[in-house]
Amino acid sequence: MTDYIATIGLEIHAQVRTTAKMFDGCSADYAGGDPNTRVSVVSLGLPGALPVVNMRAIEMAAMSGLAINCTVQHTSVFSRKSYIYPDLPKGFQITQYDQPICTDGWVEIDGDDGQPKRIGIERLHIEEDTGRLVHSTDGASLIDYNRSGVPLMEIVSRPDIGSAEEAKRYFQKLRQILLWIGVNSGNLEEGALRCDANVSVRPVHQKEYGAKVEIKNINSFRFVERAIAYEIQRQIDELESGGHIVQETRGWNEAQGITVSQRSKESAHDYRYFPEPDIPPLVLDDAWIAARRAEMPELPDARRDRFMAEYGLSKQDAELLTMERPIADYYVAAVTAAAQRGGSAKDVANWVGGELFRLLKDAGEGFEVLHERMPPLHIAEVLGLLAQDIVNRTVAKQVFEESFQTGNSPAQIVDEQGLKQISDTGALAALAQVVIANNPKAVEEYRKGKKTAIKFLVGQVMKATKGQANPQAATTALETILDTEV
Amino acid sequence: MTELHTLTIAESRAALDAGEITSVELTEAFLKRIHAVEPQIKAFLTVTGELALEQAHAADSQRNGSPRSPLHGVPFAIKDVICTRDIPTTAGSRILEGFVPPYDATVTARLRAGGAVLLGKVNCDEFAMGSSNENSAYFPTYNPWDTDRVPGGSSGGSAAAVAALETPGSLGTETGGSVRQPSGLCGISGLKPTYGRVSRYGLIAFASSLDQIGPLAWTVADLALILQVIAGHDPLDGTSSAQPVPDYSAALTGDVRGLRVGVPREYFAEGLDADVERVVRTAIETLRDQGAELVDISLPHTRYAIPTYYIIAPAEASSNLARFDGVRYGPRLPGDGLWEQIERTRGELFGPEVRRRIMIGTYALSAGYYDAYYRRAQQVRTLISRDFEQAFTQVDVIATPTSPTIAFLLGQKTDDPLAMYLSDVYTVTANLAGLPGLSVPCGFSQQMPVGLQFIGKLLDEPTLLRVGDAYQRMTDWHKQRPKL
Repeated sequence: MTDYIATIGLEIHAQVRTTAKMFDGCSADYAGGDPNTRVSVVSLGLPGALPVVNMRAIEMAAMSGLAINCTVQHTSVFSRKSYIYPDLPKGFQITQYDQPICTDGWVEIDGDDGQPKRIGIERLHIEEDTGRLVHSTDGASLIDYNRSGVPLMEIVSRPDIGSAEEAKRYFQKLRQILLWIGVNSGNLEEGALRCDANVSVRPVHQKEYGAKVEIKNINSFRFVERAIAYEIQRQIDELESGGHIVQETRGWNEAQGITVSQRSKESAHDYRYFPEPDIPPLVLDDAWIAARRAEMPELPDARRDRFMAEYGLSKQDAELLTMERPIADYYVAAVTAAAQRGGSAKDVANWVGGELFRLLKDAGEGFEVLHERMPPLHIAEVLGLLAQDIVNRTVAKQVFEESFQTGNSPAQIVDEQGLKQISDTGALAALAQVVIANNPKAVEEYRKGKKTAIKFLVGQVMKATKGQANPQAATTALETILDTEV
Repeated sequence: MTELHTLTIAESRAALDAGEITSVELTEAFLKRIHAVEPQIKAFLTVTGELALEQAHAADSQRNGSPRSPLHGVPFAIKDVICTRDIPTTAGSRILEGFVPPYDATVTARLRAGGAVLLGKVNCDEFAMGSSNENSAYFPTYNPWDTDRVPGGSSGGSAAAVAALETPGSLGTETGGSVRQPSGLCGISGLKPTYGRVSRYGLIAFASSLDQIGPLAWTVADLALILQVIAGHDPLDGTSSAQPVPDYSAALTGDVRGLRVGVPREYFAEGLDADVERVVRTAIETLRDQGAELVDISLPHTRYAIPTYYIIAPAEASSNLARFDGVRYGPRLPGDGLWEQIERTRGELFGPEVRRRIMIGTYALSAGYYDAYYRRAQQVRTLISRDFEQAFTQVDVIATPTSPTIAFLLGQKTDDPLAMYLSDVYTVTANLAGLPGLSVPCGFSQQMPVGLQFIGKLLDEPTLLRVGDAYQRMTDWHKQRPKL
């Protein structure tokens, strides 16, 4: 069998998180009200209505472009893309065509070979979202124009992606960046991020690309991976069985896990693009672009590298803690607070990435509540209690969870509930005596040479102290008696 | 006392301010006139008599002290392609029959805020596409000077209503001459301001890069008063000019000494009626007599203006009219499923000229044809603009005939779209270049009015209005009234 190379490019549509819509002052919170309550004469496309550019959306789009290493163009042009569908009230979509706002960027991902790989960005342009059709149970189609005119960015990659896994990682990386700089909610389920994929395959010895198939509307990371993997295999199978690939648009059928042909190249729309006469060309000068650059926070990859260099974190930990900006910001605050109490950056990383994420997940809450649910001072207190041997790890976890649930300070919880670790040698020696007397079987095993039997006895000491005994001290106390009194 | 419906706006303003008349009296006089002559003229699609009297009462009660605007208490008519809240706005089309906008166009809002009294909505060619008003889906409007003839178009209702003394002023709209041409054919004054000077928000778009709202009235002095109310930057129109609005009436000095008036030879060539040419040349000579300097100029790309216009305007129209599908507003014809409903609604409720232009425009924008038509037309448009830029290095204003002929007979050109299109041959250039243009009455040919056109520099309405007003101070063509 021949080896094949897959060539993949993604087109990502990302809603721009502005308060108002793209071309009028109407609220962009389309899900926040009943159908057709977030509309104006402009977003309904009433006769005589005119679009006026929302400059905040332009700022966010330019910032997004800069975040993915694009050039922001000094002049860009809005165009009309014509097609008839009831969710498109004007009969055309305002978009950008041959002069987009941002061009020629790149995003770095982990390639399949484990090495960093740059995926080229051809362009980023601005457009408006459409309304939504709702099909009611009685067979009627209803139209909700709340989403009509919500600002969208379309980010088109170059065909630099080589596998379904890389496609997924690229999509995740873009989401991370857009969410990080605050221009997108990152919510795939609600359609705030949507992905189309162009997929072709060719035998390794062949130079020219194979026919390109576009897969529409793959709206989760899992489906991106599955749909592309399926499509690559489908194309290879087709070629292997002597067939050929036709340029077409296919849809991803989630239920069956297959792609299905939707329309061929011949029946492709003629969108009749032409410059939007109602909107003058968008002219952005150097000072304006510099202001967008100044507005830009440190990006996730830079933050990750800094975490590795400054805190000695592993790449894995650093990536986990830079997954979203609230995590990274929280982590930095927690490290600062913990440093004064003897907690290391690495300890903080373990607690945040382990215990805290687990509790947050169980509570079904997002990372933006971190500061509120577990103030950095509290996580620092837990680390301080551990560092000073005031509590052991088991108690520390209990205290951590209780602090998370109640909001009370960990130090206060330990004080009020008397959870301080028992390290007092005299008290532990007395306890050890009692435990040895009550567990002759384990004592006998230990003395016969089965040294691990001591773990059971330590467990009994812990039980008697409700977990507060210092396990190291308890072990020493037991060993002292067992090894000397024969 | 003079009959009130014969007053110009300036005369009404003076009489209102002097307390000699009330807005209610004035409004009643025009409503009475409308009632009397409308069966012959058919200028109005909607008469808003009740609203007019309400507004007139309000205007009278608020009139202590200075007027809110030059139009405070003055009756007015608006072309039916301009949105008026709670008042039907049809664009002269069946596809918007019964459509009542939930909002006011910016010009409508400015007129209301200025205390103007709305008499009603006036007829026009469907979606402002036409030069004779015969493309109105409702009925044609007749020329008050000879009701066998057309009033011109597309703002034929706006022009005829003024000429028939049904209103002292009106708003029309232009895409290729639709204010100036009917003004010329009806013997009144009409102005197309610089593109962007008057907000297009609420104007039902025909060709967005060409459309502009303009005033019609008997005198240039009245046009200055109306323009003062409607001009200015509008944050709701991204193409609206941010330049400050000058005092237009203050520009009317009557002095044209030393003014350089360009006479482009291409506008006096084949196709121009000999008698119309004689009248226009005589009119231009009058300016020389008053101290203006006439300069022979050339605008070499003039002959490409009509073909250029008939690519760009239909292309934009094909897109602008895509929204009329019967889904959200307007009538919807029944059909088997959504697509058949849309096809029937658009196929049967748009008139033949509108359908023709949608087809031309769709073709011009299609893949494989875009470069040869739309892109090329935009390039030629640039050349036409450069002709004017070049000319305005030598002259201050350009004088030409408004139209090549007098008003033609109804039905004379309806079967020959190209002949109809040529009626705008002298006016489309200003739209393509975005320049302001003015038509003033300058004489008669075969007892029908002839229009003299002035084209000015960008945003130089003051000079344009000054020369038009100076001409009217020397002549009395604008004082002639049709016998009805």
